[in-house]
Amino acid sequence: MTHNNYIYIAIMALVSYCIRVLPLTLIRKPIKNRFIQSFLYYVPYVTLAVMTFPAIVHATQSPVAGAAALVIGIVAAWWGASLFQVAVACCAVVLVIELLI
Amino acid sequence: METSEKLLDPEYVQRGRPACGFSRKVFCEGMRDGVPIALGYFAVSFSLGIAARKAGFTPLQGFLASLLNNASAGEYAAFALIMTNASYLEVAVITLIANARYLLMSCALAQRFAPDTPIWHRFVIGYDVTDELFGITIARPGNLDPYYTYGAILLAAPAWASGTALGIIAGNLLPLRAVSALSVALYGMFLAIIIPPARKSRIVAVLVAVSFALSFVCNYLPGIASLSDGTRTILLTVLISGAAAVLFPVKYQEANEDDA
Repeated sequence: MTHNNYIYIAIMALVSYCIRVLPLTLIRKPIKNRFIQSFLYYVPYVTLAVMTFPAIVHATQSPVAGAAALVIGIVAAWWGASLFQVAVACCAVVLVIELLI
Repeated sequence: METSEKLLDPEYVQRGRPACGFSRKVFCEGMRDGVPIALGYFAVSFSLGIAARKAGFTPLQGFLASLLNNASAGEYAAFALIMTNASYLEVAVITLIANARYLLMSCALAQRFAPDTPIWHRFVIGYDVTDELFGITIARPGNLDPYYTYGAILLAAPAWASGTALGIIAGNLLPLRAVSALSVALYGMFLAIIIPPARKSRIVAVLVAVSFALSFVCNYLPGIASLSDGTRTILLTVLISGAAAVLFPVKYQEANEDDA
């Protein structure tokens, strides 16, 4: 079965908008359930971590460059670099390492 | 009776202004704080465009997807699934999981609206709750002023969408070496989101390490490795976050503070 990209876009947009608007309009009271609170609190860190590794190593032409970008990205973010700085640092490391290899 | 002096008292002026009246100053402050965010978005969405191109998206489709979603991880995960000709339901589920954090942020923002704010502001703010825009909005003291956030959105959303479209176009034109370097920008953004909280909280740090490790293992484990990236992300997120929520429950206050 082939799928239509515009339907994919519509589904993504609908889900993204509902996730943001429903709490703003319907759930005006704080969520009381401790498990749900904790679950929602941990979800972003886990999802993003799962999506980052090992994918970052496979994203580049040379896995060594991807791994170096991971290390530099972690170090830069740890020392408080901004979103933009971390992203640029990761790109720069890959560019340099792939030039050298 | 109020004296004129008292009327000029900052506290009184603050209270006298309708909670949601348009203030040019506040709007411009939002635009000012939106500049670095827009720059970052432009760079990162470029690498999102590279992923969108692999999923068979045209520049217009990529522009629309980003304009309507405003979600880094959510869009990236969806594009990765679409590459494998995934079902519409799978795409809906991965978008839900990868964007679940916005649910929490919106809950926190909902608490900060002044009671007399017209409801339509909630529908507009809901268009662009992202890690960065949430961060600058919640960091302002007092009630939420939607026009501040609108100022930032006005710069951030077009930068995100046009960066994605350009990424799709340039993915064809740029040398392979440049595409390779740019494709890690998005992961850099993810690291910029998860590492600072991991530095503050040992539990988050352990969780990030465990997620890296299990994700690595599942990538090679026979059986699990044959599942698509998106499905693995969903399973691992639900399992690890669920286990963490049971083992290390957080207090609501704590969750709110850490996100700000």
